[in-house]
Amino acid sequence: MNPAERSYRRLSRDMLAQRVAADIPEGWHVNLGIGLPTHVADHIAPGREVILQSENGILGFGRKPPEGKADPWIVNAGKENVTLVPGASLFDHADSFAMIRGGHLDLCILGAYEVAENGDVANWTTEHNDRVPAVGGAMDLAAGARRLWIMTSHTTRDGRPKLVRRCSYPLTALRAVKRIYTDLAVIDVTHVGFVAIDRVAGLSRDILQELTGAPLKFA
Amino acid sequence: MIDKQVKSIDEALDGIPDGASVLVGGFGAVGQPNALMEGLAERGLKDLTVIANNAGFERHIGLGILITRGCIRKIICSFPRRSPAFADAYRDGKIELEVVPQGTLAERIRAAGAGIGAFYTPTAAGTQLGQGKETREIDGRTHVLEYALGADVALVEAWSADRWGNLTYRGSGRNFNPVMAMAARLTIVQAQHVVPLGRIEPDAVVTPGVYVDRIVHVPYGDPPLAVPEGAEGASA
Repeated sequence: MNPAERSYRRLSRDMLAQRVAADIPEGWHVNLGIGLPTHVADHIAPGREVILQSENGILGFGRKPPEGKADPWIVNAGKENVTLVPGASLFDHADSFAMIRGGHLDLCILGAYEVAENGDVANWTTEHNDRVPAVGGAMDLAAGARRLWIMTSHTTRDGRPKLVRRCSYPLTALRAVKRIYTDLAVIDVTHVGFVAIDRVAGLSRDILQELTGAPLKFA
Repeated sequence: MIDKQVKSIDEALDGIPDGASVLVGGFGAVGQPNALMEGLAERGLKDLTVIANNAGFERHIGLGILITRGCIRKIICSFPRRSPAFADAYRDGKIELEVVPQGTLAERIRAAGAGIGAFYTPTAAGTQLGQGKETREIDGRTHVLEYALGADVALVEAWSADRWGNLTYRGSGRNFNPVMAMAARLTIVQAQHVVPLGRIEPDAVVTPGVYVDRIVHVPYGDPPLAVPEGAEGASA
């Protein structure tokens, strides 16, 4: 479809991050995966105590530092310089993953190549190109956090659905995803499959279904 | 008197043979024992197995140099992207890669340091990285058996050290360093500051000296500021 003919607009990266940030309850401890989820840190409203964990050993990081004020000794999981909030703590990698694997984090938000209607997620290697496989902490986070949300574009750059019946890429975790935030919709993963609980203004159920690779129910 | 401080990088690395397995601390640009890695490259060592979180970053720094000079036969790590030197060597079939989930990597190293032979974890169950491994149902969940991963040598970067080998770290520079310091037969530390015994408050010691064999003073200053990441890379 010619974008000019569309009756809806995809959320920008920042609008998506803002939406996700607003949905995280105050008091939760949350790990943000690299890529899109990282931007959530910059959209948590000041004064709302959502505590961000970074698997390289930080509990309580904040927004990106202002230009010229970065502390080179503080980086997040994406190796970007971030700030620490008052009350932050630092620890080593084994302790960090004890925190993650031990079920102490309320939520992890990861990016994805594909999410299946049964909650399977693939986000570490496509095997189809010459990119080096790299898993980072994704498998530990998906297995260990109390909830896993995915934040992703609804379709690939060439328009293929990323929400599918079954993942075709190697899995990161099985039946792990609870909710998906895309630039078009918010979709819960339930025992009856994908349930769209919200979608961008002007986007019909039919178009959303057309852009999704598995049947959708609508809440 | 115990004095683990040595005078030079060369002395710190003395006796490491070709084919050694080497744990390398650091995450991103922070906490990387670059001077020690560059010293290994200078020595022209071959067939090293390196265990680290990443596979280096810039070609002219640390692991990038070891890879470029062909010192490494195999790398065991969680996230080998954003390293041009590694990407080239991997594409040309000059280096072996074993990808390990980051938390499993940390715990395997911790287990080696703590005298635990193996452990069960739910991480990677049902995935390609869990294939071929023993599994067990525990509390209704599939767990994968993972073995301890120690090494001949650990290269560690610390913020301060005393002559007994007590260590502190700075900021995100802690990462894998304290875990790796426990898991090698020979633990070598490059420290920004070497301070008199007793100067580090006992409450502040992160790595007790028992784990450390050699310390070399490398006051290099700050790591480079991180380059903001692009949109690439979906996983953590």
